[in-house]
Amino acid sequence: MEFFSHQTSFPFMATRKVWYGLSIILIIVSLVSFFTRGLNLAIDFTGGVNAEVSFTHAVDVDAVRSQLTAAGFHEPQVQSFGSSRDIVVRLPPDAKLAAGEVRTRLESALKQVDAGVQVVQLDVVGPQVGSELKQSAIYALVFTLLGIFMYIAWRFHTWRLSLGAILAVLHDPILVIGFFSITQTPFDLAVVAAILAVIGYSLNDTVVVFDRIRERFETNRRSAPATVLDESINQTLSRTIMTKVVTSIVVVALLFLGGPVLKGFSEALLIGIIAGTYSSIYISSAIALDCGLTAEHVFPSVKKAALDHLP
Amino acid sequence: MLEYARWKYVLIAVVLLLALLFALPNVFGEDPALQVARKDHNSMTADGAKEVEVFLKERKIPFGDSYMDGGRFMLRFANVAEQLAARDAVNDKFAQDLITALSFAPRTPAFLRALGLRPMPLGLDLRGGLYLLYQVDVNSAVNQALEGYAQDARRALAAANIPLKDVSTSGGNTVRIVLPPEADVTAARSALTQALAGLSVSTESLTSGSAITGVMTAAQIRERQDYAIQQNIVTLRNRVNELGVSEPIVQRQGIDRINVQLPGVQNSADVKNTLGRVATLEFRLEDMQNNVGEAVQTGRAPLGSKLYTKTRFGRPILLKREVIATGDQLTNATSGQSQEGPAVNIKLDARAGENMLKTTQANLNKRMAVVLIEKRRELIDVDGKKVAREVTDEEVINDATIKGVFSNQFQITGLGAGEARDLALLLRSGSLATAIYVVEERAVGPSLGRENIQKGVTALIVGMAGVFVFMALYYQAFGLVADLVLLANVVLLTALLSMMRASLSLPGIAGIILTVGMAVDANVLIYERIREEVRKGVSPQAAIRAGFDKALSAITDSNITTLIAGVVLWVLGTGPIKGFAVVLILGILTSMFTSLMGSRALLTLIYGGRRKLGRLSIG
Repeated sequence: MEFFSHQTSFPFMATRKVWYGLSIILIIVSLVSFFTRGLNLAIDFTGGVNAEVSFTHAVDVDAVRSQLTAAGFHEPQVQSFGSSRDIVVRLPPDAKLAAGEVRTRLESALKQVDAGVQVVQLDVVGPQVGSELKQSAIYALVFTLLGIFMYIAWRFHTWRLSLGAILAVLHDPILVIGFFSITQTPFDLAVVAAILAVIGYSLNDTVVVFDRIRERFETNRRSAPATVLDESINQTLSRTIMTKVVTSIVVVALLFLGGPVLKGFSEALLIGIIAGTYSSIYISSAIALDCGLTAEHVFPSVKKAALDHLP
Repeated sequence: MLEYARWKYVLIAVVLLLALLFALPNVFGEDPALQVARKDHNSMTADGAKEVEVFLKERKIPFGDSYMDGGRFMLRFANVAEQLAARDAVNDKFAQDLITALSFAPRTPAFLRALGLRPMPLGLDLRGGLYLLYQVDVNSAVNQALEGYAQDARRALAAANIPLKDVSTSGGNTVRIVLPPEADVTAARSALTQALAGLSVSTESLTSGSAITGVMTAAQIRERQDYAIQQNIVTLRNRVNELGVSEPIVQRQGIDRINVQLPGVQNSADVKNTLGRVATLEFRLEDMQNNVGEAVQTGRAPLGSKLYTKTRFGRPILLKREVIATGDQLTNATSGQSQEGPAVNIKLDARAGENMLKTTQANLNKRMAVVLIEKRRELIDVDGKKVAREVTDEEVINDATIKGVFSNQFQITGLGAGEARDLALLLRSGSLATAIYVVEERAVGPSLGRENIQKGVTALIVGMAGVFVFMALYYQAFGLVADLVLLANVVLLTALLSMMRASLSLPGIAGIILTVGMAVDANVLIYERIREEVRKGVSPQAAIRAGFDKALSAITDSNITTLIAGVVLWVLGTGPIKGFAVVLILGILTSMFTSLMGSRALLTLIYGGRRKLGRLSIG
């Protein structure tokens, strides 16, 4: 079985303006949403309380909410999930509420509604811890990008390829963050982990394509750069798609079967994989071409003079 | 002809066999179990274990097999109901000597257990339990050290008969001794040499008299903070053990945090109460020369004394500043009865015992008091903002005439029965060096944990099955080779995780699933190369060789980039996220090994020997 029965020859370079346009629109939409709507940060980053509670009988969400307000909790968010017996309670960070007391107070308030209530899961994050986790998430993103940039700078001898790779690498997390901002999907620590994995993973394809570009330049020094880039992308195309399809199979399995804890994580991975595939096919090489990439940049040792002596 | 060095086959075979062995314990599952340990932390004896077994048989509580596990006695049960019945029975009968904890016993066969092989431990999100992150108030530990210096200075000057005006501490690093004009500064400095050892000491003259200042260095402060954390960790471990939790984790996190993980614990209120309490005792002599009433009126205690207004006997009291012994110097504390009601039996260490002996000899028929000191956190209003501060409650619980000379063993009274028991437990587990507060709490119910495992495992099986079918369809025989290699990769990864005893979390399972998806990449790179070579008309065996050789750099490159992200996550992440990073990193390494060496060995085995090879089954 093969995706393409013969070697493809899609004109990626000739149509690159279209793909640039698409990417720019997507990035602008993502950034605008990020800066206006922001992210729906989970309590990992904001601090606060998240509790999953199971009642013995169906309960009225409003009754639970008013009970919590009466017990002195500020702005409790109460939602049912799954069945009307299972609810999620979210509380914003509250400096007056010592982290150690949350459970006792919450349980005693909920027992007014139903004496047999069970707190199935409870997360209490102090505001200080929340802002530290936010900080380390930002550090993680920055350090990963820095590490990748350094790797790119060392790996590709010309800034033309490096720039293409860097922009492609930046492209993918921006779209993932944009997705989370537009859909207001809860953004937690696991999503950050997924984004880091995406940053590492999406560069894979770019590196593989660039590897092929180097190889093609070596054998076809006289071909036009655009032709070499098109050939390289086309030759690695079935690998790129194959790998991504296989990874998507497992990520989709995670998304539908992994349960609510891994939902955001799998969504981030899926969006990131799609964006990464797109950027490594359509964007990274095109940028290198627009920066004027030629065979000489890839093989600086090959002096133009030496070529001139050839018959 | 395709060839592959024989030693590489041997290496692969050895690695895979070892991996199978190490991964094997994970397939057997777990039974509910009861872990029985001795209260005095000694190992269970065979007789002790036998006694528990016989007792359970008498009570007709059925149990499966039983075995010793690192000094603890494990009993296995068919279901949770029997496990709970056994725990209650054992707790009733052996409350004095034994401590029990609900646990899970892996169903690993005995021969694997004997080899020390165990399944991966499960994280709290998979097993259910309580995670607490404590903030340690390290600054107050430093202040305590400063108070210690101040007290030593007072004592040293008194011993050298040098008059003293005032001793104070400030700035979190400074102790200042003010001397009156008649004091000999040089003599004072030499008298203080020992008391202020290690501090950077300076002298200055004041308008009237002079002052000697000792400043703690940054290194000393850090050392003191580290010491406080270490001591708190030891204390928390002791308290956790008293609670009877199986496989608890108490570890330092960052500069001033301690995280505590308690598998299976549900009721967090009780646990937090026991873990976080800061209670210690101080023994001081009563100041009988000065008038208490005067001190209460002026609000100032005479030099060398301290005024306590909160007492069990309802009247304020003046106590000498010198502390004879503190709760830290206890070697044991048990609750008991005395003629005057509930009591705590105290045993002090040698140094404190000696000090107590000297004091009681010199002060016979004078009075000595016991001060209970508890620290708690309070939120106060400062300019409309809520600010947390530490409050120390000091209460004199007992004040009695020294009727006889004693040293390291005695009783204190004046407490209620429950209070005596709690205080004994807290004193026994050691006092916390400084107050701790919960800053993060995460609790997962046991049923939710089971649900998480189920979901993770289902996603893993379905994901892997999807990949296997797809690879086999797409690459035919080569796809089956890739599938075998993937399976080997999962086994190898499981073996490594089991060996490292890294606890498996839900994100960790996600990491394994993701590794399956990503590990395919190396095979795809190789196979696509082989296809290209075949298309070019290269002979099948040469195509295989070229495929591996040419794909190598791309494989290395693409793995390094993911490795960078994994390492950053590992360094900066905590808890489950760190677990994910570990799996990601190990997964990259194992997949490099299996896809480069494993699949090459397999393909060479299949295609290498054939002289005439028509076409490759690569789809």
